[in-house]
Amino acid sequence: MKPNLGIWGIVITVAAIVSVASVAGTFVYLQISMRQKLVVATTTSLYDTGLLDEIETHFETEYPIDIYFISVGTGIAIQFAQRGDVDMLLVHAPSEELKFLQGGYGVNRKVFAYNFFEIVGPTDDPAQIEGLSPADALSRIVAAGRNSTAVWVSRGDGSGTHVKEKDLWAAAGFDWTLIRDEVNWFKETGSGMGKTLITANGLRAYTLTDIGTFLSYSAGTTNQVPDLKKLVAQAKELINVYSAIAVNQTKNPRANFEAATTFTKFLISEEGQEIIGDYGVATYGQALFYPAVDILKNNTDPTTAQMIMNYAYFDDAGTRTECPVPYRHRHPELYD
Amino acid sequence: MTEKFIPTLFFISFLVATTIIIVLVPEFREGVAEAFLLIISGNPEVTEITLRSVYISGTATALAVIWSVPIGLVIGLKDFAGKRFFKGLFNALMGIPTVALGLVLYLMWSSTGPLGFLSLFLSPLGIILGQAILITPIMVSFTTSAIEAVESDIKDLAKTLGASELEAAFAVLKESTAAVSLSIVGSFNRAIAELGIALMIGQNIRGQTRVLTTAIAMETTRGEIPLSIALAIILLVIVVSVNLIINLLQRRFK
Repeated sequence: MKPNLGIWGIVITVAAIVSVASVAGTFVYLQISMRQKLVVATTTSLYDTGLLDEIETHFETEYPIDIYFISVGTGIAIQFAQRGDVDMLLVHAPSEELKFLQGGYGVNRKVFAYNFFEIVGPTDDPAQIEGLSPADALSRIVAAGRNSTAVWVSRGDGSGTHVKEKDLWAAAGFDWTLIRDEVNWFKETGSGMGKTLITANGLRAYTLTDIGTFLSYSAGTTNQVPDLKKLVAQAKELINVYSAIAVNQTKNPRANFEAATTFTKFLISEEGQEIIGDYGVATYGQALFYPAVDILKNNTDPTTAQMIMNYAYFDDAGTRTECPVPYRHRHPELYD
Repeated sequence: MTEKFIPTLFFISFLVATTIIIVLVPEFREGVAEAFLLIISGNPEVTEITLRSVYISGTATALAVIWSVPIGLVIGLKDFAGKRFFKGLFNALMGIPTVALGLVLYLMWSSTGPLGFLSLFLSPLGIILGQAILITPIMVSFTTSAIEAVESDIKDLAKTLGASELEAAFAVLKESTAAVSLSIVGSFNRAIAELGIALMIGQNIRGQTRVLTTAIAMETTRGEIPLSIALAIILLVIVVSVNLIINLLQRRFK
């Protein structure tokens, strides 16, 4: 005889049917998709500005590949790649990238865009840094900070921007590990760019920011950082270079290397470069990123090309290259 | 008598709290306006994220019910060695931080992890399973307490009326319907409002694993504060509506 289990017998049966149907439905849906999957771990500045949404829309209409973007810090992005959870990286920390290539985890690095970091600060600029070189500006901020007339806010989170900040302190002749202890004027947030800007605005402090996040906070629907303005920009020391790296298939057989190559080619194609150069112009009145391929390949802007090569190219048997030959895998056409 | 007023009281306190926040926080006013616009205009992306959130956490809750209610029933009714240990364990696990659970699950489900072949990382199925695991201790613990609160003579009575052990157990469960259904609703709310697992396992991929909480976190980083508030309001409305519905149902079946 069938036992009479009452209302809860029904509830549990329904729960079982619902969950089995919905799990099986999702599973089948994920399996039958004819489109390939490309998982890309990306630096937050490329994603949070909305650029990659735009690129994804164009790319997915042209190719049978679905891109899954994961927007994370450089540290965990490299972890994901080493563990074989992603197929590709979009990053902006050349020194970390070289280590990644040397570890054998990545191949076929391509520089595809650049822009500049900016030093922003209080509108009345108490340390008088407007228009100075980054090194002079930082020296003045230190002097003013020690007089209690200025405050510096640092990311302190090991991100690409933080790596850049440490380089800038070194170039200005300061040891970052020492001045970070001068906590009266040197504040570390340990968080993302957006939160750091809000903190800097609240403390009327100086900070280093990528141009995209600053614009989206200051020129978005509401100005959330009304007390901050751009003070030092466009200097060669502030250059920021974005590159794509495919995960090495010989190390991670599950990596979708061919899809990663297709996407890299799209990023450096005329169409991809045009999307990058146009992005943000309509909203902010200026581009957030500049296409790098033409400059590097045809030397249309020697000064900028030199800046990029000095900062983001690596030595390979005496020449400078974006990807030393041992770290290239098939597809020589990428480096024609 | 008082139970009749619980939904009304709940709703009133929600309205009062919202009004206070709206008066005190100017951004919230814009957020409310934008939320209404987004909901009325039927913005496809917001609709999709909302439906995905309900679908993922709803499935996680249904999945957890299958094992949690029976486990709670067994622990509540049976005497066995280690009963106190299991009770204590489930009680302790109720407070597990979602990021910690997310991290452990990531390490297991990652490509090179022991369960990497299941491809649960970056999949909605992974979030469903993760949230089901997260809410299991809550459901088990509350079901156990609810069962223990029911007088044991109900079970004896059912048995004298010719019910089997299983039927008697479900008769006790029926007596604690109000408390057990509340534990299920509470679990659903915990699942839909959690961020750690959805972010760690799903990674907020557009069109795949983006849910309300991860979208709120992302829009805040992007500086789109009114949109984050709009999404937060949608999340609040879902949580409050589910509570209201279950309260009304309980009154109906009283």
